[in-house]
Amino acid sequence: MTSERGALVELSDWGWKHSGRADWSLRGVDLTIEPGERVLLLGASGAGKSTLLHAMAGLTGEGGAITGEQEGALLIDGAPAAASRGVAGLVGQDPETQLVMARAGDDVAFGLENMALAREEIWPRVRSALRGIAFPYGLDRSTAALSGGEKQRLVIAGALAMRPRLLLLDEPTANLDPEGAALVRGLLTELAATTEATLVLVEHRVADMLGAGGAGEHGRGLVDRVIVVEPGGGVIADGEPRTVFAEHGSRLAERGVWVPGHEPRPHIPPASGGPPLIEAADCTAHAPREIGALRTAPHTVLDSADAVVDAATSTVLTGPNGSGKSTLLMLLAGLARPAQGTVEPRGPLAAVSERPLFRWPARRLARHVGTVFQHAEDQFVTGTVRDELRFAPLRAGMGEHATAAWVEELLERLRLGALADAHPFTLSGGEKRRLSVATALSFGPAHAPDVLILDEPTFGQDTRTWSELVELIAGLRAEGRAIVMATHDELLLRRFTDVELRVRAGRVHRVPAQCPTDGRSR
Amino acid sequence: MGGDGTPPTPGGEDGRPWLVRANPAAKVVAALLVAAGLIPVVDPVSGGVVLAAGLVLLPFSGLHRGVFVTLGLPLLLMGASIGVVNLLFGEDGTVAALGTAVRLMAIALPGMLVGVTSDPTELADALVQKLKVPERPAMGVLAALRLMPLLAAQWRTLGLARRARGLEAGPNPVAAVTVFAGTAFALLVRAIRTGTQLAMAMDARAFGSGARTRARVSHWRATDTWLIVATLILLAVAHGLAISLGTWRLLFG
Repeated sequence: MTSERGALVELSDWGWKHSGRADWSLRGVDLTIEPGERVLLLGASGAGKSTLLHAMAGLTGEGGAITGEQEGALLIDGAPAAASRGVAGLVGQDPETQLVMARAGDDVAFGLENMALAREEIWPRVRSALRGIAFPYGLDRSTAALSGGEKQRLVIAGALAMRPRLLLLDEPTANLDPEGAALVRGLLTELAATTEATLVLVEHRVADMLGAGGAGEHGRGLVDRVIVVEPGGGVIADGEPRTVFAEHGSRLAERGVWVPGHEPRPHIPPASGGPPLIEAADCTAHAPREIGALRTAPHTVLDSADAVVDAATSTVLTGPNGSGKSTLLMLLAGLARPAQGTVEPRGPLAAVSERPLFRWPARRLARHVGTVFQHAEDQFVTGTVRDELRFAPLRAGMGEHATAAWVEELLERLRLGALADAHPFTLSGGEKRRLSVATALSFGPAHAPDVLILDEPTFGQDTRTWSELVELIAGLRAEGRAIVMATHDELLLRRFTDVELRVRAGRVHRVPAQCPTDGRSR
Repeated sequence: MGGDGTPPTPGGEDGRPWLVRANPAAKVVAALLVAAGLIPVVDPVSGGVVLAAGLVLLPFSGLHRGVFVTLGLPLLLMGASIGVVNLLFGEDGTVAALGTAVRLMAIALPGMLVGVTSDPTELADALVQKLKVPERPAMGVLAALRLMPLLAAQWRTLGLARRARGLEAGPNPVAAVTVFAGTAFALLVRAIRTGTQLAMAMDARAFGSGARTRARVSHWRATDTWLIVATLILLAVAHGLAISLGTWRLLFG
């Protein structure tokens, strides 16, 4: 695919501070990446890995997309990165916000147009880039009609068509389901074997990436060097992957870095299981109509699905994106209404009301069934962390005094005390997730929800926030609450699952749990 | 689509109805000409002739009935409401009210036809290449259009998330307004974030770094010139007929 020589990247005493922030994202970075090297960049969340990639892509200089203050030097082949645009190709996390055009061919052509390539050269290059990713459709395939993994492969094709000498990959599989991630990893492994370009990769799930590299048929792994950076600091470890993990493994794991062989082992109290609380029977659901798709028949996402949620049990929904997993989650949460079938409360929950869950008024529902969305900020409704927690109890008629006491206790328990007056949107990813769990618990000790529903709760967390979250919900399960999660997280599935419901093509299958039901963490 | 170096769709023989196939720039110019030609006059005849011609075009527009109903209803509603308001509160009587309503629909219809018969990518290409619209806003709008379904999905999620927090409008209209405003604000925040990410991805692909070439050619055919000529003739006929019937009246005449 790319045949030109890789770029040389040199950083000397480099630092970056985003405008409006008091602290440096990274500082004092001294680093040389030789042409053709394949580097895995690691660090705890908030360590400025993405910032470093964006800077290498030339997005931080004068007139760049990201504004802030830079110190030191960042040179690509001896020239400032900001002046070398087009040398580097960047692939980010979310394919949804990286595709520009409505048709696949046009999207790959977009970068070539920007490089002012002649039209006669553009289309052959587009075709060869699409061949390179084994794109199974034509040039005029609508980008909206692709799956997540296919979209991300197309994004990579768009970057490769520009023949970058420096390829920057910022968690390219983070937003994909396991199948999509495997699709993209396969492409990256192939790429590593064929390209001469220098490659810098940021990835949380290190084990997957090293595994893919090790399985390479061309004798060369996906990465041959690991660099670890620290928030506000510089490089703290650098070398061959095996050596870095052997020498610094446990220390890195303590700082939140995902290190193979050092997966977190949260303390999980046992739970005994309990009576059914929610039962979904024979549920069918349709996808909402897309804008402009006036004539298409509604697409069925769930087809006569059954599911039962038990108290003191961790029920996990798995399956590829688009399989109907999220839809089932929203039905069990009483937020959406099935086209056919029923979702009804059972046991202690039926004592509150026997009406189908989606008919419950929102206030009552929020009190008994708490839901934590994947994008935590979707459910923030006030301007400070404290108000966010006071919102529900005050509306439920809990007194000012009792509310204040309970809110302080919650802030303490979830380590949000120092942030009580911060705006929820300014919190870090892990903090936002803790706050959204806290809001679900905020009705008071006596009224904490009977069922807690979470959509991809561990997405994007580092090992520390991962453990905290798992211990928090494990504690709730031990108190007798039902936990329902939709997740792709293999580790979560292994450590904290009593019942796995696999959703595939709109059907639900119950599979034996992977972890011992007594919940011990071994 | 086919041969070497040919762009995928804007080829000639794609079997689409001619109004869909026509160069979007020609359609935009025709729609603007209609507007410019009809804004200064307020009689029902000149507007009526143009509206009738626009309606005759419909069978050739490739519009499906469902789309036509969703677009036609607001158009009729708009025309009717303007007509009724002018009839009730205007000082010029029935003919003037009818004139205002017909004129408005005659101006709006070509614009709607441009919107529904043009592929967004071809429209942007034509605007940039034929009408010399600056590249950045044209590409920006095109990229934003791609995000519309994403925004729709985010809107639905935000609605569910509010119910999960115990917020629901129910039958109370005041609550409905508050909940709507809160959801709209949250969507705005999401939209800005999504837009920033997209702009960054575009920059990373060297967008805005200097001169750029075009992968697709916006073809101008004889039929496109004829579309504009026909529009001019139509306007001339409309005005001529109105003058000869004695109904022709200028807006501030």
